[in-house]
Amino acid sequence: MITVENLHKSFGSEHILKGLSTTFDKGKTNLIIGQSGSGKTVFLKCLLGLFEPEDGRIIFEDRAIQDMDEEEKRRLRENMGMVFQGSALFDSMNIEENVMFPLRMFSKKKKSEMLDRVNEVLARVNLENVNKKYPSEISGGMQKRVAIARAIVNNPKYLFCDEPNSGLDPRTAILIDNLIQEITREYNITTVINTHDMNSVMEIGEKIVFLQKGNLAWQGDNTQIFKTDNKDVTDFVYSSDLFKKIRDVQIKEG
Amino acid sequence: MKYLHDIGSYFLMLKDVFSRPTKGSVLRELVLKEVDELIINSLGIVAFISFFVGGVVAIQTALNIDNPLIPEYLVGFATRQSIILEFAPTFISIIMAGKMGSFITSSIGSMRVTEQIDALEVMGINSLNYLVFPKVIALLFYPFVIAISMFLGILGGWVAGVYGGFSTSEAFIQGLQEDFITFHVIYAFIKTFVFAFILATVPSWQGYFMKGGALEVGKASTNSFVWTSVLIILTNYIVTSLLLS
Repeated sequence: MITVENLHKSFGSEHILKGLSTTFDKGKTNLIIGQSGSGKTVFLKCLLGLFEPEDGRIIFEDRAIQDMDEEEKRRLRENMGMVFQGSALFDSMNIEENVMFPLRMFSKKKKSEMLDRVNEVLARVNLENVNKKYPSEISGGMQKRVAIARAIVNNPKYLFCDEPNSGLDPRTAILIDNLIQEITREYNITTVINTHDMNSVMEIGEKIVFLQKGNLAWQGDNTQIFKTDNKDVTDFVYSSDLFKKIRDVQIKEG
Repeated sequence: MKYLHDIGSYFLMLKDVFSRPTKGSVLRELVLKEVDELIINSLGIVAFISFFVGGVVAIQTALNIDNPLIPEYLVGFATRQSIILEFAPTFISIIMAGKMGSFITSSIGSMRVTEQIDALEVMGINSLNYLVFPKVIALLFYPFVIAISMFLGILGGWVAGVYGGFSTSEAFIQGLQEDFITFHVIYAFIKTFVFAFILATVPSWQGYFMKGGALEVGKASTNSFVWTSVLIILTNYIVTSLLLS
């Protein structure tokens, strides 16, 4: 579980995060949603430790990152997996080397054991016979799967995903969402996903944190989000014609 | 003010480059890869340029000797001095600032743009040590490149001088041996090590701290060449003043 208390982050005179407080539950897919510029990415990067907040605390289980020394932070990061928006696979390495990378850096396993683990996680994300290919030789959807495999290969406690299905066709996007949810339950990890995709909200939004101009405007789950009276949330949810039509049909059918 | 900030960020980067080392087995592979990419891949262009520039130095020296009192061995002597003291260590390093430097900046810059450096940081890896330290170690082999440049530059001078009819082989070789000062070679290699460090770190700094997209990667590569060349010229002056004055 991750607990965030009164988080503030500014860039120069621009106050991006204005006192966020929330929790991200273990074994659940926690979604951070909001419009572009609402502070989602900054929030995620603060959770990852890539940005240093000015104020507030981020508590992993029972230990705040602000109280950790460098060695503790390094060990915490070994327990984090991250799926970047653009996958961020290392182009100089083939798929096998990409997925094996965290193991090579942090485990003392033999090469054959590492290879077995790589093949296991690649099979888990439904990728086979791509081990020797390079990231540029596979599709965007496959790159995302490789990124997920790399993120989970070291059995992390925390999985972070920055818009994991952006740039993917709707069918592949849903497959990636479902895969992340299955992995979250299977490994009982705390997953935090940054997205603005309403399909993801509907599919895997077990806990949803809605950001509006750096403030926590609403939180709940994917059943509550369609019933809330919060205008900011309804404006966001029903910004697409499809969802407006679904709402109109639901109202018509009582 | 910006220059002070840049200088500060360069030295802060160096601190991180030499801290929290990467796992030994991984580092060994990275160093070998960098030796291949930075050193071995540079040999062809260095050999080509050195041979022909050596030839040109010999021809120009010979053509400028009008006075019959000046001995013929001066062609070999001038070629040796020009190549060992300046051409091989300094001008090859400036050429390498273009070839090797832009490669380093663009490869690290592309990793920055595509979030690969963020991926390393999130995994708890000291990205500066992982990316830059192997380059510093690989460039410890850079003096071998310069030694090859020295040899081929002088060989090119001999070929152009002898086969172009500007000097006899005996006179050229006598010139190579005349007033030979071992410390000049030591001086050349001392400054080569300094240039190697600049070549490994300045382009890395430009690539690592770049912001933006593909266009900015190109701009960073250009800046990298300018900064590296300027620093090589400046340190060349300082090292020469300290060691030869």
